[in-house]
Amino acid sequence: MLNVFWNSGPYIVTMIFIVGMFWRYKFDRYGWTSRSSQIYESRLLRIGSPLFHIGLLMALGGHVMGLMIPASFTESLGISEHLYHLVAVALGTIAGVMVVFGMTILIYRRRTVLRVFQVTTKMDKLMYLVLGSLVLLGVYNTIGINLLDLPGKYPDGYNYRETVSVWFRSIATFNPKAELMKDAPLTFQLHALVAMALIAIIPITRLVHIFSAPVGYLSRPYLVYRKRTTKKARRGWEPTQVG
Amino acid sequence: MRVMAQIGMVMNLDKCIGCHTCSVTCKQTWTNRQGVEYVWFNNVETRPGVGYPRQYENQEQWQGGWVRKRNGKIKLKSGGRISRLTKIFSNPKLPGLDDYYEPWTYDYDNLISSPTTDTTPVARPKSLITGKDIKISWSANWDDDLGGTYETGHKDPMLKGIEDSVKFEFEKSFMFYLPRICEHCLNPSCVGSCPSGAMYKRSEDGIVLVDGDKCRGWRMCVTGCPYKKVYFNHRSGKAEKCTLCFPRLEVGQPTVCAETCVGRLRYIGLFLYDADRVLEAASTENEQDLYAAQLDILLDPNDPAVFAQARRDGIPEDWLEAAKKSPVYKLAKEYKVALPLHPEYRTMPMVWYIPPLSPVVDALKNTGNDAEDAKNLFAAIDTLRIPAQYLANLMTAGDVSVINKVLKKLAAMRSYMRDFNLGNDFNEDIPNSVGMTGENIYDMYKLLAIAKYVDRYVIPAAHQETADKLEEAMAAGCSVDFTEIPGGPNAERKPVPIALETFHLTKKRASAESFDETLEGGE
Repeated sequence: MLNVFWNSGPYIVTMIFIVGMFWRYKFDRYGWTSRSSQIYESRLLRIGSPLFHIGLLMALGGHVMGLMIPASFTESLGISEHLYHLVAVALGTIAGVMVVFGMTILIYRRRTVLRVFQVTTKMDKLMYLVLGSLVLLGVYNTIGINLLDLPGKYPDGYNYRETVSVWFRSIATFNPKAELMKDAPLTFQLHALVAMALIAIIPITRLVHIFSAPVGYLSRPYLVYRKRTTKKARRGWEPTQVG
Repeated sequence: MRVMAQIGMVMNLDKCIGCHTCSVTCKQTWTNRQGVEYVWFNNVETRPGVGYPRQYENQEQWQGGWVRKRNGKIKLKSGGRISRLTKIFSNPKLPGLDDYYEPWTYDYDNLISSPTTDTTPVARPKSLITGKDIKISWSANWDDDLGGTYETGHKDPMLKGIEDSVKFEFEKSFMFYLPRICEHCLNPSCVGSCPSGAMYKRSEDGIVLVDGDKCRGWRMCVTGCPYKKVYFNHRSGKAEKCTLCFPRLEVGQPTVCAETCVGRLRYIGLFLYDADRVLEAASTENEQDLYAAQLDILLDPNDPAVFAQARRDGIPEDWLEAAKKSPVYKLAKEYKVALPLHPEYRTMPMVWYIPPLSPVVDALKNTGNDAEDAKNLFAAIDTLRIPAQYLANLMTAGDVSVINKVLKKLAAMRSYMRDFNLGNDFNEDIPNSVGMTGENIYDMYKLLAIAKYVDRYVIPAAHQETADKLEEAMAAGCSVDFTEIPGGPNAERKPVPIALETFHLTKKRASAESFDETLEGGE
């Protein structure tokens, strides 16, 4: 059962994600925004939001490194497993603390500032729940297992690069190896599971704004001219029937 | 030279009585929706005053507009591209709702549904943001007619350098009204600020617009605009701004604010300008030379060379004819009585203002002198330093000599035309002393004082060949045009379902029984 899940789950989630994003882009481009609440409250956001976002970007970078780059490659560069582990845990801990701290401020703000709380949708709450669990599991894996070894089973940290990462790459190469996931610590498995849940709900939440990172701004000219559109816009009303 | 057309506006401030009709009709047309309750695409400020949002002109605080770098190029005052992208997670220079004001409604229902009581039931003010009772303490025109200016007036950023004199003169206070819409700048800093590239200047008529489908709600445009005329819709998460009522302009109608102006003080027409020299003009070193630089890139539609180039650049014939008759070109460039608002922001604004002579006339009248005599008026303009300096801070980056020149032209028109109306001999010395001819003065008088509808608004309709596609014209459109043809003209945008997230918000709002209900979360 678990095997089936780790073998096919990622593909199902990816399909949901792709179809969902296409659907959202096609039919709700106007709803595609971060839905900023800064105009309601700025003081807490000024601290919480950069902490949270920069922390998350660091964590994302760490995941790209850890999941996509094979251990054999870093070793061929002369980076020993121990050194890699040290750097990963150090940076991961910093990122984790930033995200947890930032997210705490943001959730506190969302709950206590009435103006912000009132525009919080159910979808936002679901998103916070999933993202929050994902972050907590990730932080536990990094700090609880790899740094402090709370379970007492992994004195040198758990080497996910031998199991989880290989599984991840096996998915990408359409040669899934579910058995690699089975033996990973439970919290690593849960982390991957919640991550898949998050990816599946991205298209129906405000998280779509991740895919609008405005990198094009760096290279475009300041002024933008555009011709008047001659495409016929959809009419917002029904014509009255005469006769 | 690359000739482009720009629809511009001129407002004659002498005629503004501060009735706010423009604001109200604009709001009814464009911003009577949730998320933009606090937004006034058109607002009227009493000056001196702090404006809306409060102190928006203080660019040291809000960082709007452009600044000239040491190497002679211009950059956004809020920083370069990279530095601004690093601030994307929380814009440090965004005005909060309280810098505008917390919008409210009244609990009118209580007037009807209240049980029998000893006292008259009242309609309490309720916040349109939270739905709770609020104590109203500020609004978009709280200091209207100098109300409360005694307390807030000194916070007007444009009083810097003359604060003491104004306080001294307060008993003899001067004031005037300043109606403001989006400036539809030639060098718009909001467009330059938009990370998503969602804001643009329409190449046919220069109107600055937001593409709501491309806007991702980064709010950089709000910071970038020094006039604070781009607003954030806090429910949809998109930027919104004055559209210069383009659906009306496209069929040749004036904007709603202009059409409904009871003072008939607004003028709409075409400017032709040299698009290749905009950046160069905006980079002029001395701030006080920016007004002249801006005038310089406006092209003379009667110049055959300009005309020929304009044709090559694809400006249609009827537009060129309209440009020749443009009232805004005459007021800005021929008579030079209309001035841009805050040229020092380097955005090359295209809504121009004729500074008010009335503070001077009023002051003169109060001294018992003949306020329509040219000599008296000229002398008063030279001595009454305060209103002129204040106007200069608004319109010429502090250069009083330009303001004085304009005021003297207006004064000359007053005196010269008095003789005309009283059947006296014309005194040609009056127009000559301000560098005009009697004929000039008479033409200007016709435009400013008689101000016929056809003279105030010279608006060429958008291209005939696409006229049936314009929004305002669709009311008269043929129903056959809407038949669905696969791959036909309508295939691009079929009626579309909305995403779950926004769908429920919209549905809730539309079906809510009461105002409170619309505020309860999303679904």
